Amino acid sequence: MDGVKVIEIKKSIFADNNEDADKLRAELKEHGTYLLNLMSSPGSGKTTTLIRTLNLLKDKLNIAVMEADIDSDVDAIKIKDATGIESIQLHTGGMCHLDAEMTRQGLDNVQLQGKDLVILENVGNLVCPAEFDTGAVRNAMILSVPEGYDKPLKYPLMFSVCDLVIVNKIDVMPYFDFDLDKCTEYVHMRNPKAQIIPICAKTGEGVDKVAEWLLDEVKNWKNK
Amino acid sequence: MHELGIVFYIIRDVKKVAEENNVEHVSGVVMNIGEVSTIVPEYLQDCWRWAADREEMLRGCELKCNIIPAVTHCDDCGADYETVKYGKTCPHCKGPNTWLLRGNEVEIKEIEV
Ligand SMILES: Nc1nc2c(ncn2[C@@H]2O[C@H](COP(=O)(O)OP(=O)(O)O)[C@@H](O)[C@H]2O)c(=O)[nH]1
Ligand SMILES: [Mg+2]
Ligand SMILES: [Zn+2]
Repeated sequence: MDGVKVIEIKKSIFADNNEDADKLRAELKEHGTYLLNLMSSPGSGKTTTLIRTLNLLKDKLNIAVMEADIDSDVDAIKIKDATGIESIQLHTGGMCHLDAEMTRQGLDNVQLQGKDLVILENVGNLVCPAEFDTGAVRNAMILSVPEGYDKPLKYPLMFSVCDLVIVNKIDVMPYFDFDLDKCTEYVHMRNPKAQIIPICAKTGEGVDKVAEWLLDEVKNWKNK
Repeated sequence: MHELGIVFYIIRDVKKVAEENNVEHVSGVVMNIGEVSTIVPEYLQDCWRWAADREEMLRGCELKCNIIPAVTHCDDCGADYETVKYGKTCPHCKGPNTWLLRGNEVEIKEIEV
């Protein structure tokens, strides 16, 4: 191969993003703003769960929401209408996930002064968002009953990066053979520390537990 | 379409290295792709062709994928085994305390200029 010169790189394509994410995390710590990254498949109930949770927390914490739907602002408007909470829409330009840089650009549009908590509704997808650190303090995900209890086996990375797994749509449990014990076992194979909270976002059942988890998280993090 | 996103990260990194080395055109990029990285090399190739040809510096640039076989290590008996064939449970001692040694890579190995 005449005239060809090889330049060694040997670098993971996630390396730069991991650095950006660490930087963002440190900056948010200085601001005292806790960032939660919420992930799930499309339609698992992120927006519905958020609305319920925000209504339980909005008197206790100063909160903002960033919505990263692929290409519309329906969710951001829904959140604003149902909770009154500041909610901005991020446009990912068709990307299947958010990375730390996109998250930072989104945060530039949020009034961070005095914000205790920003929740990021990530793009509905169980693969890519798990690979890209957004700079969040914690990752949480929603698994809905119709998706099946073996998802932790099929998407191991997603479940290994999440500290909270919300099992949503428990109202339809009788129609699906969803085994919560098995699901718990599979989640703990990926992350032994993960908390699992079954809820029905439609009726609000169990959502108080999610709000409690989040409130504790924010308080403990602030005192650290 | 996971692979297209990945291609954009590759392009960003490659362009950065090329600029640092005062290179005007890159003729080849060699990737190490782990067998269980969730990347489908064929899709990656398709996305690469589409996206790379839109960049002056990368027009016609070839993407090569080295596949890195996945290997899992067992803490219970110390053995290494093929991840894809046996999964999370060690085939030697049936132990569950295993972890991925390699096979998760999505890295740029080198570029040809
Ligand atoms: N049966 C049932 N449906 C739900 C529940 N939570 C959400 N949904 C429905 O699931 C659909 C998707 O919810 P959404 O919150 O938009 O999901 P997202 O795409 O993850 O934000 C909507 O039609 C919701 O009404 C639940 O607990 N039970
Ligand atoms: Mg939504
Ligand atoms: Zn073993």
